[in-house]
Amino acid sequence: MTISIDQQKENNKSLQPNGWLRYFSFSLDHKVIGIQYLVCGFLFYLIGGTLASAIRIELASPMSDFLPRDVYNQFLTLHGTIMIFLWIVPVVNGAFGNYLIPFYVGARDMAFPRLNAVAFWLIPPSGLMLIASYFVEGAAQSGWTAYPPLSITTPQSGQIIWIISVLLLGGSSIFGGINFIATIIKLRRPGLKLMQLPMYCWAMLGTSLLVVLSTPVLAGTLILLSFDIVAHTGFFNPVLGGNVVVYQHLFWFYSHPAVYIMVLPAFGLVSEILPVHSRKPLFGYKTMVFSIMGIVVLGLVVWAHHMFTSGTPPWMRLFFTIATSFIAVPTGIKFFNWVATLWGGKISVNSAMLFSCGFIINFVFGGITGVALAQVPFDIHVHDTYFVVAHFHYIVYGGTVFIIFSSIYHWFPKVTGKMLGEKLGILHFAITFIGFNLCFAPQHWLGLNGMPRRVAEYDPQFEFVNQISSIGALLMAISTIPFLVNIFLSVRNGKDSGDNPWNALTPEWLTSSPPPVENWEGEAPLVEEPYGYGDPFFGENKKI
Amino acid sequence: MLYKNIYLLLIISGVFGISFWIGFNVNLLPAEASINAPIYDELFRILFIIGLIIFIGMTIAVIYSLFKFKRRKDEIGDGIALEGNLSLEIIWTLIPSIIVLIIGIYSYNIYDRMGGMKELNHSHEMMSSNTEKIWAGISQASNNDIANNNLSVEVSAMQFAFLFNYPKGDFISGELHVPVDKKVSMRMESKDVIHAFWVPEFRIKQDIIPGQPTILNFTPTKVGKYPIICAELCGPYHGGMRASIIVEEESDYKDWFNKNKKTEVDL
Repeated sequence: MTISIDQQKENNKSLQPNGWLRYFSFSLDHKVIGIQYLVCGFLFYLIGGTLASAIRIELASPMSDFLPRDVYNQFLTLHGTIMIFLWIVPVVNGAFGNYLIPFYVGARDMAFPRLNAVAFWLIPPSGLMLIASYFVEGAAQSGWTAYPPLSITTPQSGQIIWIISVLLLGGSSIFGGINFIATIIKLRRPGLKLMQLPMYCWAMLGTSLLVVLSTPVLAGTLILLSFDIVAHTGFFNPVLGGNVVVYQHLFWFYSHPAVYIMVLPAFGLVSEILPVHSRKPLFGYKTMVFSIMGIVVLGLVVWAHHMFTSGTPPWMRLFFTIATSFIAVPTGIKFFNWVATLWGGKISVNSAMLFSCGFIINFVFGGITGVALAQVPFDIHVHDTYFVVAHFHYIVYGGTVFIIFSSIYHWFPKVTGKMLGEKLGILHFAITFIGFNLCFAPQHWLGLNGMPRRVAEYDPQFEFVNQISSIGALLMAISTIPFLVNIFLSVRNGKDSGDNPWNALTPEWLTSSPPPVENWEGEAPLVEEPYGYGDPFFGENKKI
Repeated sequence: MLYKNIYLLLIISGVFGISFWIGFNVNLLPAEASINAPIYDELFRILFIIGLIIFIGMTIAVIYSLFKFKRRKDEIGDGIALEGNLSLEIIWTLIPSIIVLIIGIYSYNIYDRMGGMKELNHSHEMMSSNTEKIWAGISQASNNDIANNNLSVEVSAMQFAFLFNYPKGDFISGELHVPVDKKVSMRMESKDVIHAFWVPEFRIKQDIIPGQPTILNFTPTKVGKYPIICAELCGPYHGGMRASIIVEEESDYKDWFNKNKKTEVDL
């Protein structure tokens, strides 16, 4: 397999530009594709963040006075869609997966390099198309969930473009998933056992299984929805005898696993970062692997907890309550293991570490509100309110986005050979952490006290708390400035990092930084203990 | 070693103490105005306390590690080579499992007390048959659960308003008037897109779905005016889709009903 890839690379060498131009080419190099995913995702993050800022400006006052009402709904739809499908999913899966997985399995590239490039190049056009729909007749305005009949009755062009672009992005995600499964299972260096792989490989294996199993369901659902819109069929349209609740079941069959598609890779990444910076082995490798697989299995059977008020029979509510609550068990194991990884280490408190610890604190909070939301009687009051908005931002922003930043600080020296500035990094962390908590913590109270989500106007009694939240959002927007300045300064004249600034043991650090096109000058090293840190004599004598 | 254990014990009891204190003294919820509300608040308090214990405990553990195990300047070498601890891992698998199981059983009990596990039947005076298929909704326990005593209201939702039909008096109102301490049984249907009926002070919510009637039963316990809020995105004016529920004394309700009724009936 590897030989044929080498030959292909030889043949393609004349076609591949060098230098920065290769990032704009149909490159087959997994490292180039990884960076393409990351930078492209970050640009969409800036757009999605701008939309979020507009939403928070609107909500700084109780009246609908900043955006026209239909534009507000378009913005919240675009914000959700962009952040999920164009920022978080492509970055935690595509960017880090493509860059790291071949190193971790000891391969020179992904199993299907062309499919890989196709998967990336589907993203920019579908993202631009989605945003362009705003300038045609207005973007979709039925939320990222696109529940019929609202999605059938709102202006059609925006909704159809939304469907097409989500289908393309889903396709990209499936291509990526197939590629990761094939690479991890089939391209492992001879002698490397599954139970010796770094944890991120396991996370990506689990995530990719979810992608491959559930994304086709979303695709089928959206195709039926588009038939309802364009061809006036009656799958979901109640006027023609359709059933709107069936759509919700099908949609959440994908979209709940989608949460794990966004979160599991982050679990993998943090499992790489914590041992390196605390100089200790990852605590409980085997339980970590089992808990990932447990989350994958449970994640497929919890979708109806998004529909507790939709009119579901009592037994179904009960089943989904219990299944959802039990996800807390494998997730809890992971968090206890990470804290145990920190315990007794020699921790370098740097930007990567701070973002990872911020992730643990934020995610624990989001996980606790998640267990509460899983309880039917609890959920009935707060469903579709700002409590839910706060909960899932604690999971995807406080969780995954914190890990994306942590990973950027950790792997920047690998990609560029330069260090990122620590002072600006810590400033970036401080503003992000304070701004994030200021923005989303008060929203729990708003939801409990009667503010529904997706509204442009609200009861004036909530004005003050909403303004606090908007100030938090402003801080979050400001926090990107030190980050971008840091990146810019470090790329231009950052300190040289050397090949392995963290003295890490995972395989991607056992080559030069930045790595050569073939990843290693000679044979790929066989890393049997990716977390073999720690002084063994010290460990034997001292028990915890 | 002994001192270490004492400190640990002190910290754990401190975390529990703070969590219980906050749980019992900080109120995050609006007024309680239905039979469901105090039951809900009981569940909320328990979940709040358990959540606080876990959150404060984990946060202290992370921050403590960052200070206690921080690498000092020019310090070399690694931490301890501890790859795992089976008994510890079994403990923190079992304890969360037990907590989750207890929460599950307890919330089932709460849900049952709210009437969620009951068979739904909508008693409707004007309707000849009761065989209509109802998908789901929230039923609710009440002490005198006599069908004839219920107040039946038909709710229709549309972009962007709620209409309340009182079949007994054959009239439609934009405000929902109900007598206090009497079970209200609502049959809800949407004319266009999905809406939701939410009264925060009652802790109840139910989607109103086109093509599938849903049922919502509740018993208000406190006189007052409360907002009815649409909680499901239903279009540009979703944020403005609100109505009021007015809970009043039996006599006031009768006056209002008699003023509005179109057919001659006695309440």
